Amino acid sequence: MRSRKVFSAMMAGVGLAGLMLMAPITGAAAQEGKVGGTLKLLANAAAGTIDPHINYTLQYFQINYILYDGLVTFRKTGDKTGFEVVADLAESLPKPEDGGKKYVFKLRKGIKFADGSDLTTADVVASFQRMFKISGPTTGTLYNGIVGADKCLKTPATCTLEGGVVADEAASTVTFNLVTPDPDFLQKISIPHAAILPTQAPLKDSGTVPIPGTGPYMIASYDPNSLLKMVRNPHFKEWSKEAQPAGYPDEIDYGFGLTDEAAVTAVENGQADWMFDPPPADRLAELGTKYAKQVSVHPLTAMWYAPMNTNLAPFNDIRVRQAVNYAIDRAAIVKLFGGSNLAQPSCQILPPNFPSYAPYCPFSANPGEKWSAPDLEKAKALIAASGTAGQEVTIITEDTEVSKSIGVYLQDVLNGLGYKTSVKPISQNIQFTYIQNTNNKVQISISQWFQDYPAPSDFLQVLFSCASFTPGSDASVNISGFCDKSIDQKMSEAQTGMIADPAKGAQLWTAVDKAVTDAAPVAVLFTPKRVDLISPRLKNFVFSPQFYWIMSQSWVE
Amino acid sequence: MSDQAQSDPRRSDAQSSAAVAFPADLKFIPIMDNTSGGQALVRSRRGAEGPWRTAWRKLKADRAAIIAFGVLVLITAACLAAPLYARHVARTDPFATNLNGEIVINGETRQVLEPSTEGLGLGFTPLGPTWDFGPYMLGADNQGRDVAARLLYGGRNSLLIAGAAAAICLGLATLLGVVSGFFGGLVDTLLSRILDVLWAFPIFLLAISLSIVLITQSITIGPIEIRSGSLWLPTFIIGIVYVPYVARPIRGHVLSLMQAEFVTAAIGIGASPWRILLYDILPNVITRVIVFVPLILALNMMTESSLSFLSIGVQPPDASWGTIIQDGQGLLYSRPIVALGPGLAIVICVLALNILGDGVRDALDPKSSIRVA
Repeated sequence: MRSRKVFSAMMAGVGLAGLMLMAPITGAAAQEGKVGGTLKLLANAAAGTIDPHINYTLQYFQINYILYDGLVTFRKTGDKTGFEVVADLAESLPKPEDGGKKYVFKLRKGIKFADGSDLTTADVVASFQRMFKISGPTTGTLYNGIVGADKCLKTPATCTLEGGVVADEAASTVTFNLVTPDPDFLQKISIPHAAILPTQAPLKDSGTVPIPGTGPYMIASYDPNSLLKMVRNPHFKEWSKEAQPAGYPDEIDYGFGLTDEAAVTAVENGQADWMFDPPPADRLAELGTKYAKQVSVHPLTAMWYAPMNTNLAPFNDIRVRQAVNYAIDRAAIVKLFGGSNLAQPSCQILPPNFPSYAPYCPFSANPGEKWSAPDLEKAKALIAASGTAGQEVTIITEDTEVSKSIGVYLQDVLNGLGYKTSVKPISQNIQFTYIQNTNNKVQISISQWFQDYPAPSDFLQVLFSCASFTPGSDASVNISGFCDKSIDQKMSEAQTGMIADPAKGAQLWTAVDKAVTDAAPVAVLFTPKRVDLISPRLKNFVFSPQFYWIMSQSWVE
Repeated sequence: MSDQAQSDPRRSDAQSSAAVAFPADLKFIPIMDNTSGGQALVRSRRGAEGPWRTAWRKLKADRAAIIAFGVLVLITAACLAAPLYARHVARTDPFATNLNGEIVINGETRQVLEPSTEGLGLGFTPLGPTWDFGPYMLGADNQGRDVAARLLYGGRNSLLIAGAAAAICLGLATLLGVVSGFFGGLVDTLLSRILDVLWAFPIFLLAISLSIVLITQSITIGPIEIRSGSLWLPTFIIGIVYVPYVARPIRGHVLSLMQAEFVTAAIGIGASPWRILLYDILPNVITRVIVFVPLILALNMMTESSLSFLSIGVQPPDASWGTIIQDGQGLLYSRPIVALGPGLAIVICVLALNILGDGVRDALDPKSSIRVA
């Protein structure tokens, strides 16, 4: 997912000891906290609909994790176990049956929605049907392996998922049948898009009208122009501390409309407790010195990258795409993001500390494991061989400061390679969908990808498989339009291998990572870190690699 | 002077016969009069200044307008010298990023983008102003580019767009206003309604809408193609949106001129419509158009800056004062000069243009109270 548009979860089973190295306020040990008070959050703007089955933004994923529950979820802790899947509304984690094609979940008893109605197996079935009926953004990529999903994708209005999601009310169980074994299935249903909602939830985007959930908080009011107010869910009783712990603050107010600069000042002064948006670049030095105790920096399993349209000139020539990769000075781009303490240059698709990650950088002056410097001579030789110099190229960026800056830098690089390049910044509210749609004929763009769930398929299969490329659609996250049948086959083998032999499957994913990197459908730029600025009165800031800040676990003094 | 007095009586059939607006102190003396009074009058008439000379004299007497004009000339000259400044003083390409650049200041080598080395070591700060007449006199922006050089190049584009758009606007507006007012009838009705439709849109909303639609694609008007990213695109858009604001007053002025006695007289003696248009109407309209020039220039400059600030005007790598303000927006805390420099330049130019505009109006059209938008 993308930062504002699409959140990504963080990886599982990886060594994340280094994550907290720069976190003076992070990972505080569990302690008795102060219950009550109001947590005041700020964001530049609201993130659109609050429908948990539709919203695909980090901003609202973060709150949906405390408003809603799925059958399973990621453990809500601030260490590496935060990537582990634990039972949530289900009593326990099911063991895969039928060779990994069947999962049976038994529901916990006594759980109620915020409107007081009981959670039943019918709600589970209805929720998964609803995801398809409202054409949820990940139904075609994450949940298309459920039996009956293909019909639902073709005719959403009549979706039943017959044979795919089967309830047994008497036994209080729900059975999921998959077309093929999917080692990532539990992780995929741990994200808010698989939240369980009441059967009565509207079969359309709920927009600004909240849908009752089962989490410790519920939305009391939502005005995208000013405020999203969350209060305690009166029907919530803690059933699993690791899945959905009770929250400390009585109320969480999410205000919208302040500029980033104003938000920084508000948090510095204690007028607000946290801001969602990254602090503006010209305040970083001030924050890193004067307000260092209020700052937390964490590596993310994410990437900033430049997707190149493999179906449009000049990037339909692999030599051109590789040349761009060779020519980019990633260290310079890191400066635009705030420096080496906030980002690390990268060439490959999988981010560091991610499953199947093995350092690899072929596009460097000294090809090997790490990027060292650009190789302009090689880049120019490739362009000369391609015979594409002189063509016009347009770079589409977001209208944010960092994205635009990177776009301007990339323009300089492409001009240096002989192209006539222009930069078009587009509102960040629409840029992500705009660059996905082939009708817009986007040649190259600047984008970001943050993990949804901690598995290599979330980067490699979601972003670069043939199935992820849907021409003419706003929901075609394979922005490059990259489709290589042989690499697709390797992805399938890797996915199957993860079930039969996880170690071998992981190796296969490593090979896929290298193959996609070599084909250069994108130019990976760097791996970012997240900067959180909090108020002096906010305590117990817990940063989960999956959820980022777990806001329910902080309190205010 | 009055509008009517500006028409040249020697050229007008009407005025030569009937419609001359004589000065009150003019005495009628027989031409063959050899008296001292008569000789004095002949000398006086030979030395009498024309309307343009009178206007120029009045303008020269307006010290504020002259100072404003001088300021504008200085700024324009400085902006025109941008390539010289970049090559010989700044010694840098103001359009190329310089993220890894270094510079020696007082014997000390410094990075153009200086990393924070204290505390958590977050962020980079562009080099601040050196205040020396040399590289990075006003510091660097977040791409490591010389702000002073970009300021001059940006000024060139801002002034060029403002000027060219003013020419388009005034040319079109004069044509439409005169045709509409002079011919009247169906032509007037049709043109007036078109202008009304344009007038109905708030200027900035119209300009923004046009820019958003057109900025990513080329426009082809007959043999003329304006390519995406071209400076002519914002020029064309800005030139169009102010047309109604000039055309309508001009139309009204033409309508009032059509009622003037010298026009009635010209019609009475059988002058052709084209002759009346060329010799009686246009000379009186031109003065009013000239009064509009500085005002429209100022408005164009502000509109261009606004559009460029919103990323829908001048496109990178080109710069204008609006784009530089946008670049500086993210540096307001650490390097405010990046945004303040072009902001100040716009304020000075617009102020100077308005002062000059007042002076020109007082000199050419003192009865007018022209205000645009």
